[in-house]
Amino acid sequence: MIILPKSDIIPSEITSKSVFDNRRQFIKQAGFGLAAAAVAGNAFGATVKSGVTEGDARLIGRANAPATPKNIRKPRTKINGYKKTAYGKGLKLTEHKHVTTYNNYYEFGTSKDEPADYASQFKTDPWSVSIEGEVKQNKIITLEDIYKKFPLEERIYRMRCVEGWSMVIPWVGLTLADFIKWAEPTGNAKYVEFISYADRQQMPGVNLPVLDWPYTEALRIDEAMNSLTLLAVGLYGEVLPNQNGAPIRLVVPWKYGFKGGKSIVKIRFTEKMPRTSWMKAGPNEYGFYANVNPEVDHPRWTQSSEKVIGSGLFSKRIRTKMFNGYTDQVGQMYAGLDLAKHF
Amino acid sequence: MLKTPSQKQIKLYMKFVFLICLIPFIRLFWLGFNGDLEAQANPIEFVEHSTGYWTLFVLLATLTLTPIRLITKMAWVVQFRRMLGLFMFFYSCLHLTTYLFLDYNFLWEDIIKDIIKHPYIIVGVIAFILTIPLAFTSTNKMIKRLGKKWKLLHKSIYLIAILGVLHFWWLVKKDITEPLIFAIILLVLFGVRFFHHQKQKRLAK
Repeated sequence: MIILPKSDIIPSEITSKSVFDNRRQFIKQAGFGLAAAAVAGNAFGATVKSGVTEGDARLIGRANAPATPKNIRKPRTKINGYKKTAYGKGLKLTEHKHVTTYNNYYEFGTSKDEPADYASQFKTDPWSVSIEGEVKQNKIITLEDIYKKFPLEERIYRMRCVEGWSMVIPWVGLTLADFIKWAEPTGNAKYVEFISYADRQQMPGVNLPVLDWPYTEALRIDEAMNSLTLLAVGLYGEVLPNQNGAPIRLVVPWKYGFKGGKSIVKIRFTEKMPRTSWMKAGPNEYGFYANVNPEVDHPRWTQSSEKVIGSGLFSKRIRTKMFNGYTDQVGQMYAGLDLAKHF
Repeated sequence: MLKTPSQKQIKLYMKFVFLICLIPFIRLFWLGFNGDLEAQANPIEFVEHSTGYWTLFVLLATLTLTPIRLITKMAWVVQFRRMLGLFMFFYSCLHLTTYLFLDYNFLWEDIIKDIIKHPYIIVGVIAFILTIPLAFTSTNKMIKRLGKKWKLLHKSIYLIAILGVLHFWWLVKKDITEPLIFAIILLVLFGVRFFHHQKQKRLAK
């Protein structure tokens, strides 16, 4: 009996990926069933039920296409008319193939190579984002209108994952501040919540109770209005690949990567601090802020250094910088805040 | 049940098993030489996970031999235990070297901090340290010299196995499928031993 580990597989080694992947999903479901049964009787059913809301699916009005894992990737489409900026000038970019094949996108599987395969058939057209909560008026905006209404620019940002690795990615997007001004939040809006799409048919990972679906992230309103915060619609001058969170995702470069919710369908303004998916999953490991901080370790591993993705087998770790090197732009927002307590 | 093979046949099987156990190691070298590792996004993590995985795998394989003997009465399978045990030690050495050298570039200050502060690393290090005396007392000479104490000493493999699975479990961020599979296999292997001992006790009465 040989159970191959997902962590031990190079995609090129696999002859029939679809067969193999289906087995992994099967094993996982079996495994989670057992785990849940062992832990809390009906935890499995309970967690999954809280997944996709009917509203999300209807809002977007998309057919429930079955997720067929294939190695066919979406054709690469150039984005026209975005402005280049000085952000991240001089940083060495992470290769496109690494940015698009080494992904954490649990809706499409928990190993790094799964999103690129499972998301290949994901339908992102038509797409719209709904604005709710503490706003003058609820609204819905289509992706086309987002492209039309807001100026797009390219920004090269460092991206530090909570797992201890980093990339440098040339994003194309709009500033969240512009978007929020258009959304017209009321004076009560202290926080902004980002809700990702969740669809059991198209996203095999949503069938597993890994996280409380739909994936939810949130920022304080001043963090959301910070000029660094982006709603990205592309990378490397092209429309976002599905595995990177197409068609629209959050990018918050001074926070750990998981703060950047992908495939956003809803933006909700709230008065109270929302509880995010990762806070629910591990309250002592993942806090609301999740600012990159070399001084505050993850309870189980170090955050003081990081591995640079794509730098090879014999490369050295680099030191992780406070706020991922963006202290000048964001440090003042946290003056007086105990960052060890508010991790 | 297989007919008990001759000593000559067992020697031949051993050579075969030896080569099989080398496959994960040769594969890593192969991937290294033809550039597949270098082309990966995170090759260090890959080697770390791969060597760790095979350490656990061979460890569980080692622990499978006694249950096979108990169930099938094929006593000769136990002769493979030493080789598998040493292969487990071999892969754990590669795993530790990967961590110290490739991952942490022998930055001892960082390594010590990492070990002290993080339970999953402590557990892994303890498991490794416990394995060292087992490897060094695996010769016929030592078995003879230690006598009854040898058996007692080598019982620590059960603890090592538990620590090993725990090490894997705690490392995983959220999706515990794989460590769970290892844990279940380990439980089954322990269960077979337990029920066998219970049966022996009853028979002895």
